[in-house]
Amino acid sequence: MTPKPKLEARQLHFFYGTFAALKGINLAVPAGTITAIIGPSGCGKSTLLRVFNRMNEIIPDVHLSGDVLLEGVSIYQDGLASTTLRKRVGMVFQRPNPFPLSIFENVAYGPRIHGLARGDSLRRLVEESLQATHLWDEVKDRLSQSALSLLPEQQQRLCISRLLAVQPEVLLLDEPCSALDPAATQQIEELMRELTARYTLVIVTHNMQQAARVSEFTAYMLLGELAEFGKTAELFTNPRDPRTEEYITGRFG
Amino acid sequence: MRWVERCIETTIRASAFTVILALVLIFVFIGKEALPILTSPSVRQEASLRQLFGTIVWQPVSTVPQYGLLPLLLGTLKVTVIALLVGGPLALSAALFTSEFAPPWVREVLKPSVELLAGIPSVVLGFFALMVLASWLQSVFGWTYRLNAVNAGIALAFAVIPIVYTVAEDALTSVPRSYREGSIAMGADAWQTAWRVVVPAAFPGIFAACVLGFGRAIGETMIVLMASGNAPIFSAALTDSARSLSATIAAELGEVVVGSAPYHVLFLIGSLLFVLTFLTNLAGHWFVTRLREKLEGR
Repeated sequence: MTPKPKLEARQLHFFYGTFAALKGINLAVPAGTITAIIGPSGCGKSTLLRVFNRMNEIIPDVHLSGDVLLEGVSIYQDGLASTTLRKRVGMVFQRPNPFPLSIFENVAYGPRIHGLARGDSLRRLVEESLQATHLWDEVKDRLSQSALSLLPEQQQRLCISRLLAVQPEVLLLDEPCSALDPAATQQIEELMRELTARYTLVIVTHNMQQAARVSEFTAYMLLGELAEFGKTAELFTNPRDPRTEEYITGRFG
Repeated sequence: MRWVERCIETTIRASAFTVILALVLIFVFIGKEALPILTSPSVRQEASLRQLFGTIVWQPVSTVPQYGLLPLLLGTLKVTVIALLVGGPLALSAALFTSEFAPPWVREVLKPSVELLAGIPSVVLGFFALMVLASWLQSVFGWTYRLNAVNAGIALAFAVIPIVYTVAEDALTSVPRSYREGSIAMGADAWQTAWRVVVPAAFPGIFAACVLGFGRAIGETMIVLMASGNAPIFSAALTDSARSLSATIAAELGEVVVGSAPYHVLFLIGSLLFVLTFLTNLAGHWFVTRLREKLEGR
């Protein structure tokens, strides 16, 4: 049985100027799962991810029609503040982007700006968030050091911890492993699987093996359209759409 | 072809070293002219170090000349600090607004306009302070002395603002976009992002901007000469007239007898200014480097 949708795109069109990046996307992301969005470069997968937490709005000259629902509530029409939305739907980027602050301050940043915790409870929240990504043991003795002194893979886990500290519901990950080596990638993938216990994850990836390894559901996008969406196992073994088959068998992409 | 390249390279290298050489020679010249303060018995008798740094009267042309540098040092300090306190926050907040909040068209107007301020000759700023600003300040605050340290400091702020603004704005703008995105993607608003992420990331550059502003303020002559009242009074009151080190050189070097004690004292003042700016820049550079290392975790 498919779990109830956490995020839902309805007849979603999105334009950069006059260029249509998304053309009528209908997609329901099931709660408590990992959904992978795959597709060739320029197919609009990152755009779709950014539309989910309105990060598209910081780019000038874009517009959108259709709607996105978070637990059935429109995030575009119902006057939901973008800051509230982004607290609930956080994002991890392609390149690890910890702030040039201390490790502690990086994780404490979110709770501070949202007024979630202070003093001892803030320290506890930071520790929990770092433990959730298994970074705590590696950094507990150097919390006051610059986050930029960490390894890239540790930085990426720090970025995830930083996000978990604001207690979000959905994590959007935009090719989170593309700047990492295979061993580090494996660690992040394991982490993602663990996180599904408490969060809904949407991951954009170039890497089909990665989608096959970590996700329960996969959306295949092509030229701004959603070509196919389904259980990952089915999509990869028995694609309904011939275009999907061409892509996953490596005929193009 | 290789010969031509070598020629060009030599020329460029020579130009670079010429600049350094000029700097060194200037310092050697100023230092040489200041040296008799320490070495010549007659100069030492007229202007001893104890008098220079231990007395508070500057009267080099009276029948009993007195060479107390303290009022000049204090005057410089007062005017410079006021200039930085007035100009610094203005320039820094303008820089923050330009880089973080201004819509693109406002930025395109704002940045060149503030930078245009740097092109105003300081004598014009001084004239404005002397004729307009001083009267206005006096009528508002009712100060006894029309030309005073506050008046000079505010005028000087206009010379400091463009430098601090330009350098700080560049530092803020060059903060990677990914930091801003990371912050916004967590639900921070523009102000939180600017204040808690962008400013700390740009802090070394912002600090460097302030150091450059200090260097500009301490060396600026004409504005202070015209707007401060130019009286070497040893007083803590900001509304008394003041005189700076640089203005003293400008006002007196033309009249002084070459080789006399006051002549050498003026060069000592020059050396002091040189050393002061040099040390500030050095300390600033050291601090910025350390900060950058700490920030980047090296």
